[in-house]
Amino acid sequence: MVARHAMLIEDEPNIAEAIRFLLRRDGWEVTTLGDGGVAEARVREQRPDLVILDLMLPGRSGIEILEALRATPDTAGLPVMMLTAKGQGRDREAAERAGADLFMAKPFSNAEFVAAARSLIRA
Amino acid sequence: MKRRSPVFLARRSYRLRRIRDAARLLPVAGGFLFLLPVLWAPAASESRDTAPDGIYLFGVWLLLIGAAALLSRPLVKDSEDAPASAEERG
Amino acid sequence: MPFNLLVLACVTYVAFLFLVAFVVERKAARGAARWLRSPVVYTLSLSIYCTAWTFYGAVGYAARSGLEFLTIYLGPTLVFIGWWWILRKLVHIGRQQRVTSIADMISSRYGKSNLLGVIVTVICVFAATPYIALQLQSVTLSFGVFAAAGTYGWAMPDTNSTALWVAAGLTLFTILFGTRNLDANEQHTGVVTAIAVEAVVKLLALLAVGIFVVWFVASGPADIVARIHASSISDWELVPSRWAGFTLLSGAAVITLPRMFQVLVVENSDERHLATASWAFPLYLLAMSLFVVPIAVVGLEVMPTGANPDLFVLTLPLSQGQGALAMLAFLGGFSSATSMVIVASIALATMVSNHVVMPLWLSLRPAQSVSGDVRRLVLLSRRLSIAGVLGLGYLYYSLSGGSSALAAIGLISFVGVAQMLPAMLGGIFWRGATRNGAIWGLGIGFAVWVYALFLPSFGPGAALPIDVFMQGPFGLDWLRPYALFGVQGMDPMIHALFWSLTLNTTAFTLGSLFSFPGPVERVQGLAFVNVFDTERAEPQGWVQGRAEPEALLVMAQRILGDEAALAFFEAQAQAQGKAGYLPDPVPEFLDALERRLASSVGAATAHAMITELAGRARVTVADLMRMAGETAQIMEYSSQLESQREELTRTARQLRDANEKLTQLSVQKDAFLSQISHELRTPMTSIRAFSEIMMEGDMPPEMAANYARIINEEAIRLTRLLDDLLDLGVLENGTVQLNLKLANLSELIERSLRAASHTRPERSFTIQRDLPAEQIFLRTDPDRLCQVLINLISNARKYCDSAQPELRLVVRQRGARVIIDVIDNGTGIPRDKQSLIFEKFARLTDQMRAGGAGLGLAICREIMVNLGGSVSYLPGQGGAAFRVTLPLRLEKSPHERAA
Repeated sequence: MVARHAMLIEDEPNIAEAIRFLLRRDGWEVTTLGDGGVAEARVREQRPDLVILDLMLPGRSGIEILEALRATPDTAGLPVMMLTAKGQGRDREAAERAGADLFMAKPFSNAEFVAAARSLIRA
Repeated sequence: MKRRSPVFLARRSYRLRRIRDAARLLPVAGGFLFLLPVLWAPAASESRDTAPDGIYLFGVWLLLIGAAALLSRPLVKDSEDAPASAEERG
Repeated sequence: MPFNLLVLACVTYVAFLFLVAFVVERKAARGAARWLRSPVVYTLSLSIYCTAWTFYGAVGYAARSGLEFLTIYLGPTLVFIGWWWILRKLVHIGRQQRVTSIADMISSRYGKSNLLGVIVTVICVFAATPYIALQLQSVTLSFGVFAAAGTYGWAMPDTNSTALWVAAGLTLFTILFGTRNLDANEQHTGVVTAIAVEAVVKLLALLAVGIFVVWFVASGPADIVARIHASSISDWELVPSRWAGFTLLSGAAVITLPRMFQVLVVENSDERHLATASWAFPLYLLAMSLFVVPIAVVGLEVMPTGANPDLFVLTLPLSQGQGALAMLAFLGGFSSATSMVIVASIALATMVSNHVVMPLWLSLRPAQSVSGDVRRLVLLSRRLSIAGVLGLGYLYYSLSGGSSALAAIGLISFVGVAQMLPAMLGGIFWRGATRNGAIWGLGIGFAVWVYALFLPSFGPGAALPIDVFMQGPFGLDWLRPYALFGVQGMDPMIHALFWSLTLNTTAFTLGSLFSFPGPVERVQGLAFVNVFDTERAEPQGWVQGRAEPEALLVMAQRILGDEAALAFFEAQAQAQGKAGYLPDPVPEFLDALERRLASSVGAATAHAMITELAGRARVTVADLMRMAGETAQIMEYSSQLESQREELTRTARQLRDANEKLTQLSVQKDAFLSQISHELRTPMTSIRAFSEIMMEGDMPPEMAANYARIINEEAIRLTRLLDDLLDLGVLENGTVQLNLKLANLSELIERSLRAASHTRPERSFTIQRDLPAEQIFLRTDPDRLCQVLINLISNARKYCDSAQPELRLVVRQRGARVIIDVIDNGTGIPRDKQSLIFEKFARLTDQMRAGGAGLGLAICREIMVNLGGSVSYLPGQGGAAFRVTLPLRLEKSPHERAA
């Protein structure tokens, strides 16, 4: 079985480190990016199975990247998980409007996170 | 933004306007009085008239200074009260 | 009287004037000079109208042509008692437009045309040169009188070297006190007060000689009248053309002479002083002329025939054995000469530097930017101009031989400066007057003056060949200098006056009627002619500019000096309701800035400089018409609706303000909570994730150690955040306990630098400090102040992106406040971010997470508020710059005081 590929766009190095550890242990191949500016191009180039996007990113916000991905047909169906540290209802709405498949508030439980990632692929 | 100035004025403003008129007229009167010797000097050619002429000129001069001093007081107050209000329409 | 004693007296007198000027400048700098700017000082300073020409020359004039000398004082008398007509308007315009000289005024009125400024400057220099020569001559002659009368076998000193010494001494005095600083208003309080003292001296001297003559030589007024009858002066007959002509001429000269314009308009500190001067100055003139005829009559009678009547004021007391009186008279004459030369050279130097040197520099400098300290250039050019003007005067003196009668030279100058009358009066009373008209009028008037009066004054055959006098140039009979257009038999002076002013006025009028003014000209024409009409919304000379405020600030700093420019920008920003130092480049601001600059370098130069920075954002004629249209419309409606609308607007504004405040508070609260949530959740996420991973056990020890380290790091970050938040809360509530004590600022800075050096220790900074200036003892909370300084210095260490990073710490004490500037040489903070950086959680680059939660500057700001001071961003310093201001002695915390 080919390893499932997740692309993680997150600027906090420690959080990225934790997520990478969790997903790798679950059998994922993980690419991490720290800057929002280049994220869209990287996604189009590498075609991951799952995109995990932080809401607040340097360069370009997560919502903007998501909207851009949903705007073109080839990435419109790509599973996207949004992460945010703000955890307010408004952010969740904005993410859902922009087309996020799943919204995860920080901090999260490791098990929940991995299960969510799996569920997005299977769906 | 008051563009229309009233046609008739209270006594005080009326007085002030006439004082301004007087201040404008003063140099005209002074010029006339200073030029007066031009009219009578050549006529009285033989008589020795430098001293009386001098006394006349200094007299007029002093008079004008006194008048200017009297006028300057209300005019300063005027410009303090209303800095240059309704100026050239008086 | 020994000659040495005379020199000693002169030197002592000048030293005394130095002292007066110096003390006054000091007082003025401390703002304690209110009484020095009284109407009396103003009136006395106007007395530079009475130069040595009056002091010595009037008696000579009277001895030659009887009462005609009075015309020179009657003209100014009429102008002053008629102040409501011209002077009031002139002074008002001068103050409103911050005019620096007569050339500036005319150039400013006609569209800020520098060409006009240059023309007027040239005319003034030409006209003033003989006049300055005249002063040198009179001082030299008076020295000569004493030398000749000396009983100590003192040979007549070399007159030329005396004149040279006098010129050099005056240059020194003028440079020292006329160009000490490039004052904002171009006012010289010290010099003006010294001039006022000299005015008293010369009046007292002349009155003393007069009283001596009337009551001690003659036996009272009646005797004098008798003597006048007997004297040859009574043979004088009034020449109507000269009588009327000279009255007009002197009236014109009193407002157009550069030195008179300087004291009358530029140095005026309060328009109300003019009301006093309107009668007091004529009174001064009257007192100066009162004893002229008696002195002349008695002099002619007592002195040997052939004695120079120009020096009777001096020789008469000497011949009567009154050495002390003669000395007083000498000092009077000396005062008249020196005061005129000082003010005239200051006025001319201002013109030369503003209208010749600055424009040249502007067009010749290599880069478009304004670099270097322009103020030093301006001051230097003024100093050189003063030396140049006095040098020209000396040259004229030594070339002309100083032989002609004093009165003639003075009148020649008068006719020269009178050429500016049409352009000036036309400019303030006639909106139709244009630049082209003024150029033509001035040019033709000046040419006629040079040809018909100035050149012939050197004598037939000297400057103009004799044939030209007899047959006219190229045999053109109708162009003879003394008989232009074949008009013969006129007095040469009246002839030149008549033709120059007539042709000047005609050219000015026709030129104005047939040319079309540019937009700036029309704006300025309206501003000058309707200067009292304050109700009219004055159209601005600028449309919304594209100028970068920071570039404007840099330029203003070069011209006005750092402190003055920052203060001006801060005030303007405040007026716009903005914090900080950078107002928006709206037309009002550009206008104000231009005026402020104009007061230093003249309107034309200031205008050119701003135009350069503001690009082509100039008004056009169409803009003007649109603005005028809008104004008219608004006026029509507003007269009816004014009161109700104002009421409504007021209420609406109050409601809006209240609503805005509430909304803002709510938005701020939401944003703050959201930010806190974010800042707390981020470290929590790592902690939770890694702790869960570790709880599962079963991992290599080095990995576990690594994850534990991360957990620990994030926990510390959380603690720091909470500390900062608590600190901020305490500071904002004002419940902070300040620990006030005396501390040496230098030590505090030292401490802060040491503490901050832990931030990015790998970078080595060049630190510039001024240790002597730092020796200030502050009463404040030293730990809190250090906290601010450490924060600012650490920020510089973190964010300064220069390859050779530098940190400058500038400390200044201003009264009871201390200013500390922390300046680095990086790219600084972009303008749109400058207002944000003091907000909580503001971080400019997210890459720099290590620095904390972005609360540092917010805390700094709150600390400074608690210390009774402020911290702000200082734009235009060539890097990021922060200014900390705090009181020298903080007694209680501001909150306690308020409580």
